[in-house]
Amino acid sequence: MPVKATVIIDTELCKGCELCVMACPVKGLQLSDRFNLKGYRVVELYTENCTGCVNCALVCPDAAIAVYREKKPQKAQTA
Amino acid sequence: MEQFLINPECLVYDNHIETLSSTPFHYCPGCGHGVAHKVLMEVIHELGIQEDTIGVAPVGCSVFAYHYMNVDMQEAAHGRACAVATGIKRVLPEKYVFSYQGDGDLAAIGTAETVHAINRGENILIMFINNAIYGMTGGQMAPTTMPGQKTSTSPYGRDVLSMGNPLKITEMIAQLPGAYYVTRQSVHTPKAVRVLKKAILKAFQYQKEKKGTCFIEVVSNCPSGWKMTPVDTISYIENEMFKFFPPGDIKVPDAKPLVTVTAEQEN
Ligand SMILES: Cc1ncc(C[n+]2csc(CCOP(=O)(O)OP(=O)(O)O)c2C)c(N)n1
Ligand code: SF4
Ligand code: SF4
Ligand code: SF4
Ligand SMILES: [Mg+2]
Repeated sequence: MPVKATVIIDTELCKGCELCVMACPVKGLQLSDRFNLKGYRVVELYTENCTGCVNCALVCPDAAIAVYREKKPQKAQTA
Repeated sequence: MEQFLINPECLVYDNHIETLSSTPFHYCPGCGHGVAHKVLMEVIHELGIQEDTIGVAPVGCSVFAYHYMNVDMQEAAHGRACAVATGIKRVLPEKYVFSYQGDGDLAAIGTAETVHAINRGENILIMFINNAIYGMTGGQMAPTTMPGQKTSTSPYGRDVLSMGNPLKITEMIAQLPGAYYVTRQSVHTPKAVRVLKKAILKAFQYQKEKKGTCFIEVVSNCPSGWKMTPVDTISYIENEMFKFFPPGDIKVPDAKPLVTVTAEQEN
């Protein structure tokens, strides 16, 4: 399945709080084994199933996450 | 790998909006102040009112809000943000004015200024960040600390017989005629953040219509003061704080349904 959405995590802003991990409905975010310059262990995306729901970005207290989602093809109607 | 997605057309959540400065927040990992700052600044960005907004920062962990919020800001003495906001709004009534205050700032040392500004119906937005503790000074008991909650000044837990109950200041000020819109929201889940954002949008719309004081309590966390992991604070908010501070509207105007301000209307 082609990738539909993804996140870009600014790992220098991440403080490893894991609130995004909790908020992700596809459980695609995890603490990695990398540390940033401040010494925080940072989160990374480990899935190709990101839906671009922006949940992680909404709860990230450090504005570390940007979300990109494929533009939907124009549908005739939405429910 | 997903390079084709990384373009402005596909950007659905931008974490570098111009109403937030590029200075990284100094807050502890998982601190709700960061989320509250972001959502407030996102609304100001979306309404296109960056140039027309003046904020008042408190004393507390968010004392440096003026480093992060890229709008005109004024620092107030501890607890006096509503009084300072009153002065700014009266001199510059066409500006959008908000105060951003913690529970120690707004509900302890600043109770008098808060109550009287709202009683006068000052046409401002008060953002009240309730994390049930004095975060900045090392986790002392606040008026809003939960019964039984351990803090550095209630090491055996808050005993309501000797220390009183958490102060429901939001319900109290809702009784005042000057309070136009009073709501309690939170920042602990994505859904809660979305709802909070709508409440802030409404509040700026009401301020534009000169309706009086809008007061938004934000139930937040303090992982360091509460001595919990950020993840554990989420269930503490849901299971403990919401018992005393349930989220939802407390006073809503019975006026006609709202039309949201658009950037074009503003410019
Ligand atoms: C006049 C005065 N009294 C006391 C203090 C010490 N002080 C600084 S911040 C604070 C309380 C902060 O708590 P809160 O408003 O809840 O903010 P938080 O850090 O929890 O966000 C106190 C008592 C002060 N700075 N000035
Ligand atoms: S956008 Fe949604 S699905 Fe994608 S990583 Fe964030 S929370 Fe998970
Ligand atoms: S919510 Fe933000 S700061 Fe916290 S772990 Fe996720 S990306 Fe890092
Ligand atoms: S002490 Fe508490 S309120 Fe202050 S930055 Fe740390 S977590 Fe946030
Ligand atoms: Mg506090």
